[in-house]
Amino acid sequence: MTQAPHALASRPQAKPGRTVRFRVKRCDGPGKPVRWETFAVKPEVGANIISCLQQIAASPITVDGQKTTPVAWDSGCLEEVCGACTMVINGKVRQSCSCLIDEYAPNEGDEITLEPMSKFPVVRDLWVDRARLFDALKRVKAWVPIDGTYSLGAGPRESAEQSESRYVMSTCMSCGCCLEACPQYQIEENPEKWPTSFIGAHAMNQARLFNEHATGAVLKGARLDTLMGEGGVNDCGNAQNCVQVCPKHIPLTESIATIGRSVTIHAIAKWFKG
Amino acid sequence: MAQHRVIVVGGGLAGLAASARIAEAGLAVDLFSVVPVKRSHSVCAQGGINACNEVARQQGYSEYEHFDETIYGGDFLADQHPVLEMANWAPRIIDLLDRMGVPFNRTSEGYRDLRLFGGSLFKRTHFSGATTGQQLIYALDEQVRRYESEGQVTKYEFWEFLWPVIEDTAQGQRCVGIVAQDMRTMQVRAFRADAVVMATGGCGLVFGKSTNSIICTGAAAARCFRAGVWYGNPEMIQVHPTAIPGADKLRLMSESARGEGGRVWVPRKKGDSRPPRDIPEADRYYFLEERYPAYGNIVPRDIATREIFSICVNDGLGVAGENQVYLDLTHKDPEYLTKKLGGILEIYEKFVGVDPRHEPMKIFPAVHYSMGGLWTSFTKGSYNPDAARTKHKSGTRPPILAEVGQGMQLGALNNAQTNITGLYAFGEVNFAYHGANRLGANALLSCIFDGLFCGVSVANYVRDGAPAKAPAGDLSSAGYDRVVAQEQQKVKRWVDSASAGAAEPRTNPYIIGKELGDEMTAACTVVRHQTRLTQCAGKLAELRERQDAATLADGAAWSNQALGYARALSDMLVLAEAIARGATERKESRGAHYRTDFPDRDDANFMKTTLAKHQGGTTTLEFVPIDASLILPTARTYGKKDDKPAAKPAMAGAGS
Repeated sequence: MTQAPHALASRPQAKPGRTVRFRVKRCDGPGKPVRWETFAVKPEVGANIISCLQQIAASPITVDGQKTTPVAWDSGCLEEVCGACTMVINGKVRQSCSCLIDEYAPNEGDEITLEPMSKFPVVRDLWVDRARLFDALKRVKAWVPIDGTYSLGAGPRESAEQSESRYVMSTCMSCGCCLEACPQYQIEENPEKWPTSFIGAHAMNQARLFNEHATGAVLKGARLDTLMGEGGVNDCGNAQNCVQVCPKHIPLTESIATIGRSVTIHAIAKWFKG
Repeated sequence: MAQHRVIVVGGGLAGLAASARIAEAGLAVDLFSVVPVKRSHSVCAQGGINACNEVARQQGYSEYEHFDETIYGGDFLADQHPVLEMANWAPRIIDLLDRMGVPFNRTSEGYRDLRLFGGSLFKRTHFSGATTGQQLIYALDEQVRRYESEGQVTKYEFWEFLWPVIEDTAQGQRCVGIVAQDMRTMQVRAFRADAVVMATGGCGLVFGKSTNSIICTGAAAARCFRAGVWYGNPEMIQVHPTAIPGADKLRLMSESARGEGGRVWVPRKKGDSRPPRDIPEADRYYFLEERYPAYGNIVPRDIATREIFSICVNDGLGVAGENQVYLDLTHKDPEYLTKKLGGILEIYEKFVGVDPRHEPMKIFPAVHYSMGGLWTSFTKGSYNPDAARTKHKSGTRPPILAEVGQGMQLGALNNAQTNITGLYAFGEVNFAYHGANRLGANALLSCIFDGLFCGVSVANYVRDGAPAKAPAGDLSSAGYDRVVAQEQQKVKRWVDSASAGAAEPRTNPYIIGKELGDEMTAACTVVRHQTRLTQCAGKLAELRERQDAATLADGAAWSNQALGYARALSDMLVLAEAIARGATERKESRGAHYRTDFPDRDDANFMKTTLAKHQGGTTTLEFVPIDASLILPTARTYGKKDDKPAAKPAMAGAGS
């Protein structure tokens, strides 16, 4: 096949029939010891991390000939729209479905390292528990408070620009990349401490998304009350890692800055009102 | 007396819409899902959601025409009254989603933008970029989270539905709860409920690689089927014409790519090896446009699929001699494409490494949607003409104006209820709306419609039906304990088989699963034939036997995914048999079901629902009459130039 003129320049030519090694950080469950296992896989054409993990599941034998259990991992849509299969690949957090082996390991014997995200408790192997991430959406009341599901006509009209701006914010798939990359966001296994722990970029972006909707703005004050408190926007250290790892290219730092400004105004207004 | 509770299994669009509506009615909802609900397969829907709208209405479109299109598109297999109600509700559903904050694409004046979609000559598809499903499910997820924070909905995420709890009463069988397993702790336990709503989606994984998410095994539906719930039209499986071939799945390339002007073509000359941009117009064969001048590239899915299949397999005109054709958007402005289709173009770019704004995409059909599913009933609404009408003439005055209750009676206890009282089926998991072929952008609609409209029926049943006198909370625990024991026995069977390392291929569930997918794709997709189906029946029997002896590589009592997969595979094999049996017994061609040995539609014998029943390990089939009281069947040609109804590919290579 000839190289297409518009093929993305960065993609290297992979060696067909090669063997790729997967070094996987494993753990049988909470409180269990961590161990590393390495597997050899012959990736098929167009292979990604998922299809290689599937191969390992069908034949869980390490490069040392050690018989072991299949690697546990979380996945769903396999087209980078559900957020489930997020993990740390060669030290960088991303979705494993869109991680193509041809790109990461084009040569014979190339090795890929797989680890679970470090900011969430491990369930097993590469599978982590992201309940805290969804809890944060409750903290910022990430919804439009409609009157109910019966017919009441159309929603508020909005300009194409507004809709496009909200659309980008609304593509957040709660994958957790922004939290994994954030120096301020730390693992917290105790749900009782979640309300005062740093909420993270994704939730501030959601707060902005709903503050900018005509009906959603009704809850703006309540959202800002949460975000001006402990674990809110003031805990952001402005490292700006979040925006660099977001797979949906959401302007997270812009959202944090917007929330920061709103919180300041909200605080002053509250101070004047007493 | 215990508080009434309703269980919803599945947290996609149908399950979330149902949860919101039932919670709003004041009932407590327990929502079960194998994934955090926000990650359900509905996120993969791309193109949009259909509804009559003001612009189309002024051009002559109507809810009635939407109804007519859906019946015609489904090749006259769907019961007609439920479809009428769904079409009538569509504009209200769009308005509701709009109020929930869905960022629908807007016109320069700020109104909701519309796009063209398969099976219609009017713009009636509302959309949010090219990730409409994601945006709709997020809106419903947010509303359900609101009910969750108020304590009205309790979520059980990473819990797998294992079996319905069904009680035999003097009035017949009644569902009073479920048995489920925590996928992390592996705890198996029973949950009581006054009504259970199955909203567990499709079964793409039965075909191995498909456009579906990894969770769409069909196991939940299969378990209900095995427990005595009837299954309608199992053989009706939609193969989407345009998907990107891949190692782990076949990623969907939305119909909206064609709706926004995408053109499907192959080089006219066999073996033309020039890069696509060097092939002049005269040497390109735009076969859909030439064969269907009226609809062109936006013919319905089954027709596009067969034409693409036929061009590659029969005519050998596939690009580079392989099973692929061009889907070309390069004549459109790249900026316009990014605005309208950004999400899906990014998927192609990401997974193929080529920018489809400048280079035609290479695509081929893939299994996409199950029109068939758990059989459900309904109560007819108020519109009952003396005789069925002839097909509606597009753009003309409709016989009725859309009103609530014309198609189905709002709140009737049996709407979307299975043959088991108290057990409902919403969304893709039921068989109700799409007949033999689903129109693009009607799936999101049917899921949300079921949740909102039939959710009222569930609430009414709990308040006025059997649970009013005998709430599940007051029943003896014996019936629940029995099902828990049955499921624990299955767990034990798998755990006992476990030893680390690979099982030999014959008894390795992952290998058996792969062979199942390959067999079903070859025998039961684009073209079907008696000889191949007979062979398929033999292969399925072999796979069932091997599965009975299969072993696991993992016996862990914690987060054992191998066990979950193996157990699901046993259920998928039962569903696969029903699909293959339906394909064998339906000796005609209709919609997505195409038989080379019976190429014509046979209304006299088969304008009927295939009803599959499973009892004592055996599946039986019968054909039962449908409700065709509103529209008379006509030939489904979509204005094809020659007089043949649709492409008639020969039985070559089969659909891979």
